[in-house]
Amino acid sequence: MKDFLIPFDGPGGTGLHDDTDMGTPTSTSTRTVTLNIDGFEVTVPEGTSVMRASAELGIQVPKLCASDNMEAFGSCRLCVVEIEGRRGTPASCTTPVAEGMVVHTQTSKIKKLRKGVMELYISDHPLDCLTCGANGDCELQDMAGAVGLRDVRYTPGDNHYDPSGTGARSQAEARLRDPVGINNPQFLPKDDSNPYFTYDPSKCIVCSRCVRACDEVQGTFALTIEGRGFDSRVSAGMKLDDFMTSDCVSCGACVQACPTATLQEKSVIEIGTPDRSVVTTCAYCGVGCSFKAEMRGDELVRMTPYKHGKANRGHSCVKGRFAYGYAAHKDRILNPMIRDSIEEPWREVSWEEAIGFAATRMRGIQEQYGKKSIGVITSSRCTNEETYLVQKMARAVFGNNNTDTCARVCHSPTGYGLGQTYGTSAGTQDFDSVEDTDVVVVIGANPTDGHPVFASRLKKRLRAGAKLIVVDPRRIDLVKSPHIESAHHLALRPGTNVAVVTAMAHVIVTEGLYDEEFIRTRCDWEEFQDYVEFVAEERHAPEAVEMLTGVPAQELREAARLYATGGNGAIYYGLGVTEHSQGSTTVIGIANLAMLTGNIGRRGVGVNPLRGQNNVQGSCDMGSFPHELPGYRHVSGSEVREVFESLWNVKLDHEPGLRIPNMLDAAVDGTFKGLYCQGEDILQSDPDTKHVAAGLAAMECVIVQDLFLNETANYAHVFLPGSTFLEKDGTFTNAERRINRVRRVMAPKNGYADWEVTQLLANAMGGGWTYTHPAQIMAEVAATTPSFANVSYELLEEKGSVQWPCNDASPEGTPLMHIDGFVRGRGRFIRTEYVATDEKTGPRFPLLLTTGRILSQYNVGAQTRRTENSRWHEEDVLEIHPHDAEVRGVRDGDYVRLASRSGDTSLRALITDRVSPGVVYTTFHHPTTQANVITTDFSDWATNCPEYKVTAVQVSPSNGPSEWQQDYEAQAEQSRRILPAAE
Amino acid sequence: MSSRTIDEKLVYMANQIATFFESQAEGTRAERVAEHLRSFWEPRMRDRLFAMMDTGEADDLKPLARKGAEIWRKRGQAVPAHSEEE
Repeated sequence: MKDFLIPFDGPGGTGLHDDTDMGTPTSTSTRTVTLNIDGFEVTVPEGTSVMRASAELGIQVPKLCASDNMEAFGSCRLCVVEIEGRRGTPASCTTPVAEGMVVHTQTSKIKKLRKGVMELYISDHPLDCLTCGANGDCELQDMAGAVGLRDVRYTPGDNHYDPSGTGARSQAEARLRDPVGINNPQFLPKDDSNPYFTYDPSKCIVCSRCVRACDEVQGTFALTIEGRGFDSRVSAGMKLDDFMTSDCVSCGACVQACPTATLQEKSVIEIGTPDRSVVTTCAYCGVGCSFKAEMRGDELVRMTPYKHGKANRGHSCVKGRFAYGYAAHKDRILNPMIRDSIEEPWREVSWEEAIGFAATRMRGIQEQYGKKSIGVITSSRCTNEETYLVQKMARAVFGNNNTDTCARVCHSPTGYGLGQTYGTSAGTQDFDSVEDTDVVVVIGANPTDGHPVFASRLKKRLRAGAKLIVVDPRRIDLVKSPHIESAHHLALRPGTNVAVVTAMAHVIVTEGLYDEEFIRTRCDWEEFQDYVEFVAEERHAPEAVEMLTGVPAQELREAARLYATGGNGAIYYGLGVTEHSQGSTTVIGIANLAMLTGNIGRRGVGVNPLRGQNNVQGSCDMGSFPHELPGYRHVSGSEVREVFESLWNVKLDHEPGLRIPNMLDAAVDGTFKGLYCQGEDILQSDPDTKHVAAGLAAMECVIVQDLFLNETANYAHVFLPGSTFLEKDGTFTNAERRINRVRRVMAPKNGYADWEVTQLLANAMGGGWTYTHPAQIMAEVAATTPSFANVSYELLEEKGSVQWPCNDASPEGTPLMHIDGFVRGRGRFIRTEYVATDEKTGPRFPLLLTTGRILSQYNVGAQTRRTENSRWHEEDVLEIHPHDAEVRGVRDGDYVRLASRSGDTSLRALITDRVSPGVVYTTFHHPTTQANVITTDFSDWATNCPEYKVTAVQVSPSNGPSEWQQDYEAQAEQSRRILPAAE
Repeated sequence: MSSRTIDEKLVYMANQIATFFESQAEGTRAERVAEHLRSFWEPRMRDRLFAMMDTGEADDLKPLARKGAEIWRKRGQAVPAHSEEE
């Protein structure tokens, strides 16, 4: 199925996007300065460097230590210039422009100086250019050429590059002279401990770009320059540390910054330099980073963050930057497979046979059990176009509204809560907004692990002086990390979010800290008065709820005052808010807080749900929920239905369909018999695994479309191989409502893009669809959905990305919502009564389990477990407080049994005071752990979002895997048998 | 928790919804329970709840949940009065 890939112009094309490094960051000053550089006048913002002003004219001043994503450093001395009326030769990177300044970037004096500087650099650099991994992509090499260096006059002496100490001029020569010896005390061997890049000290010019990138861009401060003068070395951590044992989080910023081969991707060393690149969007978290997929032929050489990406501004994390190896992993299934029952092995068959088998079974079920006996589950990992087609399949082909998405189990309360209060089911800001924030409140989110690129931007703002309030049971990294310390950490007891948020509102109301003018102008005044009456009751005071929440009253009061009075206040929240039986109530409470304080409708403020997966927002926008059509319009609305009915030429069901948990209940009950599940692994990711397994086992046709035989596929009858984000066109919508293009960089290894597979299945069931490109699907979305009316692939090519609403009222999209008024009209205050979860601790289950994710792994781990990322996290572990461990006789690293009312599993213990006494924590990245065997089927009152974050458990010493784990492993092994296709 | 039957879950869910609206301003609580059920519950869940109410299997329903369900049943599947957003 491979075809030729033809490069095209613009963001998706090859090298035509302007990646020029302007040398120093842009100035935000509104005043301008005019100066003359090499005879040309240029006007730039005040505060701009001479280097950047030159670059604006197209004059590239030679440089090594400067880069436009970090502050000027002025160490390499290559960028010297002459300025009329000034003495000496100042560095252009650290010299700001001045009115009337006359600059010369190329004089005989400067040329001589630069050549001399360069000669010194090269005198301590191995001359292995032809065999170097950076050959052709080396700034040192480029600069040597730029300054006209033709000779190095210094005889070999003390140096860092020659291991033999024999005066060899290259490492190749050194190996010939002394194949085994390291006789040069200044020589340090290459550190290849990191699975993705190498650190070769012998090629380092000590420009400090890597150290500054780690500090300024990533904010981890893992690197330093150790030693002085000739002994200066880049060092990751202490002397005995290598990159792997250091604090390095492998974000790749240092590799990106390195002007030589000192820090170099192993993939480039192995494959060679890329020859073309395509801008696309990361398929991991909801930040939605733009990347350049750098290719040689149809082989992906590396992913580099795209500097013009509006979500990530040129930064990346270990997942997006490096963890793409799953796309070519041996476990990937590339042929369709079917089987009559889940006890049988899989049979590889043709696409035609698989699609025919699936269509016949699904229609047969409908004939026997009724139209509503089958449904679909879409995935937030898939594109907008794919999710749109899958929900269309349910509505137009199956004839029901049984469509749901994995957003059900993460951010469905966000949709409900923000919809009720503000009138739209989305966050209010763009990520850039954080640059104007004075007080950041992070509730139930762990951005450094879950949304690391946004976390880096957040940390940058915090280092610049913004204050931080963290509301989380666990001491997440943001609470205290290098140069970051939260003003308040409200370490609440899991399940008490509503009490804490309502107590904050109590303080703001009773201390008169609310913004009355904003409320009178923008919100419903009567509802506000009702809310005030409720929230001012003494039972909501911090002192009254302290025993319940575990948060000291004074700390909570001070946090509330800071948020209300500290300037622009922005709330960022995650699944620690939503995945509770009162998830929707907490979202409402957060919306109330922002309205109370007037923190809505401008930069620096707002309510910002940090979406878990890449396309949570988009899958919801596309009508994946069973009660609403694309654009969040209820299925009962006849006018909305008519829009789709006339286009699709079918009659649509006017009643809501089943949500995922309802589907599983109905399956156990015998009324739901067939499921088409695209890109989602409900058996591993959904709560109460035994119940999910029972539901799946009760179905007569489960169709799984995925890259791998995931856990759900153990119960499937049809397996349709999926395609990766590298193999298809489409769009993802990130947490800022930003619609970003996903561009195909190679042909689908399985033969079809996912949207094509859905179309094949739909047509086999009589759909009659004729799409030939995802752009046509987006055109249909735009034609039917007011908030997407102006969205098109042409606009996305032109603008790079747009944020919905994007229509005639906002032709180029909407970075900030609710500027002049709320989407629903007047903002609506709603009472938020705390209701304790029914998941109670007691003598049998005295601890509370809460769950989360870790930086290197992603959700169920299907992708990241099939990459070297597992080196950082090979198994899920149970964090337990030293006190709780001691009384149970648990030592660090011991296997422990983790039991709840739902089930039990075993995993290793990690003793840490990150968690409070009485609270334990684990991740759910590994199927062998089966953390969701433990979690219950309690769920949010409004949306059925599962209560993953609170489970009463007991922990006890164990000898190894539980009986369930052993049985599960045996069942999974049995289920994954594959018979090859008949010849 | 997972030992609950599907019928018990339905009653539990209806009671959760009622619990939320019990805390809201008086006057429209039952209407809002009805609206919520009508907006989000699939017909077979609705039909089962009604059947249980008729046969006395839903005695654990909170009064407000029962009242909301009765309003829902009386009105049938009329278009919800709430906005288009969720």
